[in-house]
Amino acid sequence: MSQPPMGEWHVERQIIDLSKKRGKAKNRRRGPQQNGRTKLKREDVPMASGNPAAAPADVALSVRELSVSLPQGMERTYAIENISFDLKRGQILCIIGESGSGKSVTANAIMGLLPKVIRVTSGAIHLNGTNIVGLAPEKLRSLRGRIVSMIFQDPLSALNPLMTVGAQIEEVMAAHDVGTPASRRSRAIDLLIEVGLPDPQLMYHQYPFRLSGGQRQRVMIAMALALEPAILIADEPTTALDVTTQAQILQLIRDIQRRKGMSVMFITHDFGVVAEIADYVVVMEKGHCVEHGTAAQVLKSPGHLYTRRLIAAVPHLTGKDRVPLEVAERVSILKVESLAKTYRSGSALFGKQRIVAAVNGVTFELASGRTLGVVGESGSGKSSLGRLLIKLMESDGGSILFEGRDIAGLSEAEFRPLRPKIQMIFQDPFASLNPRSTVGQILTVGPVAHGMTYGEACERARELLSHVGLDSGAFGRYPHEFSGGQRQRIGIARALMFKPKLLIADEAVSALDVSIQAQILKLLDQIQRETGVSMIFITHDLRVASQICDEIAVMHRGQIVERGPPSQIFLDPKSTYTRELVAAIPGEQPGSMPQHVGYGGHYFGGETL
Amino acid sequence: MSAFLLNRLLQSIVLLVIVSIIGFTVLNLMPGGPLAQFGLDPGMTQKDVERLAAQLGLNRPLWIQYLDWAWRLIQGDWGHSFRDGSAVLSVVGHHLLATLLLMGTSTALAIAAGTWIGIRGATHRYSLFDYCATVGAMVALSVPTFWFGLIGIYIFTLKLGWVPAGNMYTIGDGSVLDYLHHLILPSLVLSLVHVAIWSRYMRTATLDALSQDFIKTARAKGVSERRILLKHVIGNALLPMITLAGMQLPSILTGALVTETVFTWPGMGRLFLDSLGYSDYPVVMGLLIFSAILVVLGNLIADIVIATVDPRIRLA
Repeated sequence: MSQPPMGEWHVERQIIDLSKKRGKAKNRRRGPQQNGRTKLKREDVPMASGNPAAAPADVALSVRELSVSLPQGMERTYAIENISFDLKRGQILCIIGESGSGKSVTANAIMGLLPKVIRVTSGAIHLNGTNIVGLAPEKLRSLRGRIVSMIFQDPLSALNPLMTVGAQIEEVMAAHDVGTPASRRSRAIDLLIEVGLPDPQLMYHQYPFRLSGGQRQRVMIAMALALEPAILIADEPTTALDVTTQAQILQLIRDIQRRKGMSVMFITHDFGVVAEIADYVVVMEKGHCVEHGTAAQVLKSPGHLYTRRLIAAVPHLTGKDRVPLEVAERVSILKVESLAKTYRSGSALFGKQRIVAAVNGVTFELASGRTLGVVGESGSGKSSLGRLLIKLMESDGGSILFEGRDIAGLSEAEFRPLRPKIQMIFQDPFASLNPRSTVGQILTVGPVAHGMTYGEACERARELLSHVGLDSGAFGRYPHEFSGGQRQRIGIARALMFKPKLLIADEAVSALDVSIQAQILKLLDQIQRETGVSMIFITHDLRVASQICDEIAVMHRGQIVERGPPSQIFLDPKSTYTRELVAAIPGEQPGSMPQHVGYGGHYFGGETL
Repeated sequence: MSAFLLNRLLQSIVLLVIVSIIGFTVLNLMPGGPLAQFGLDPGMTQKDVERLAAQLGLNRPLWIQYLDWAWRLIQGDWGHSFRDGSAVLSVVGHHLLATLLLMGTSTALAIAAGTWIGIRGATHRYSLFDYCATVGAMVALSVPTFWFGLIGIYIFTLKLGWVPAGNMYTIGDGSVLDYLHHLILPSLVLSLVHVAIWSRYMRTATLDALSQDFIKTARAKGVSERRILLKHVIGNALLPMITLAGMQLPSILTGALVTETVFTWPGMGRLFLDSLGYSDYPVVMGLLIFSAILVVLGNLIADIVIATVDPRIRLA
């Protein structure tokens, strides 16, 4: 984040005021667009009237009995089957489901962006009354960006790195022959103001790599709004963002939707997000629509078991402290004192050196069998801290007392015998396992290198695999054969091979679906209760941290701004930054989410979620 | 940028020193040497050979010879050919233009054709065109160039009589057209293998660019496929190719050993081969240093070009 979140809020408020004043300018611009729209209607009227199931006028998007087939050899023969729903004008429709539920396929089918091997087999999609199934590619293209536009999950890769922000926004208009170069430029700058980006004149000339994730998502939204489409499809637009940025982007989408009377189809896997913005909800499971209804209906009285499971899986701020693990004797495992790490870039010789204090005087203590949550946004230094503790990186100052011995200054050779005692669980379960090694090799290679016999290691590996909930056949298989949640289980088993004293989990559940998250958290909790291992749980998600941590340290710009048990952090936060973080959590307004749902609501030691 | 350039310059100097030491040592460790041929000459006594060695400074210890050679090189004196006493720089200069003509043409051809084939193969993946291009590249890469050269001469010179079999120009003619006439066959043969390499890399790079999220963004914006290809795909696909082009630069100037020999082209490649045959060490060392400088330069230029076109590096 290149700017404080508070600043962005502030800017946004100003922007809304500004846009009210600029009503005149907007009317002037509307000319060419309307031309474009009438032209389209004229062309497409015959097709729309030819279909008896054409939707009523207050429906912007109507999907009827839509089925999309998958190529042979896939898990199932269809991506979605018999999906029907309506998106009413001026509403936000949330489509919710886990990965593989077919929600993105639905979105891509509506955009006409399905890959060639995946085809719509039956059903109809009415966009503004026009059935787009089977429409010629050139006609579909003319709809995209003009009648319906889309924003994506990962704002880091969704923008062309070689084009300026301004050029990419103008491209939407140029693609539909709207305006002149000069008018497009002024419109692009207006849009940058509209989505609340600071210094739009400068932003116009910026390349995407200079922008933070939240800013890039704003650029994506500006691009999607350029031609004032009737429908905006948002495919998990906040999943890759920090919690405070997520709150801002959700707010922005809701504001814009209200201001423009736009219809929004919002795809997510997080019921917390649904509670924040949805008017209407469609729940999807394995390609089927299992439940739909107004947001209030679905959230308050979910009918389908799957919906209940998804809602139950949303981690909540407990406000209660975790029942501490019973240990005979609590000893200090880790004591960190004024730990520091500074990143330098550029060259000292030629000036222009940038110095970032990633970790700045961090002090904390962790006892055996306890879990410390390190919470902060990206750039807060929490991952740097994790890397310092496991000595993947040298610290610049301070001490790390592990079992009473300062490891901060140890050389790699001196530290190596201690490595088995401190293990790490990584964020990305896809990138952190070598695709060319079998699970057995991944698990045994470390212990064998540290002197365990191969037979012993194999035995332990099989034991652990069944312990983390995989069948022992997993031993001989390759990582790509497993789902994200299963891979993370493998990652956990790998870390446990050494019988570590300290586990460092760096965003260990952030890449997973909410329902899988809950399972992995449960597993970690269970493992701690059985082995008495201490844990440092690094996450950007306060809700997750509140589930599993005995104590939470909130990090901001390299420093711990607040430390305490979850109850204090969430119910009585002392620092303004913590308050901001807590306020940004989606679905935590009083009464917006049911806190007790019958199914699977119990996870940790009888504590209710 | 200046810091980057200075850093690279220092690295390059160290690299050149190491390359020259290794080259000089290996060359002099080889059995034979420049005076070996005189040993068999009945007209020369052992004393004559020794006098010649002293004259050329070859009787001194190796490290003194190296330092002497390096010191002269720094002053701009690349030494003189053992063969005819002409200055190394002028010998190199004579052959450089010939090589530049041949390699420049064939490389330009290869990059143009390879880029087009690569992009088309990626956009029409698994089409007949793509399969033909893949198989063609495989053949061009696995069959040695001299074979293509000989077959080319057999068909186009001996059977069809369209092009001359070798040399750069007809003695007594030397018009532009005559040069071009001689250039066609060797440059085509030479470009074959480079088209193969370039098109394979280009195909991969294009596929990589096509799979990026921002391509989907562009489609969602309603941008036409043609413009997506021109504006989003090719730019991003060419980025990794710049490095490859940078590595190509030295070979443009140092020539193609085999092809130049097959077509009796008076370029750098043949000069190198001939000089080795005559144990003409000053020329060999000159060529060695020359190509080392070109390698360094090629990479440097590629880095600078990448830094210029990629804002992530230019502005970082």
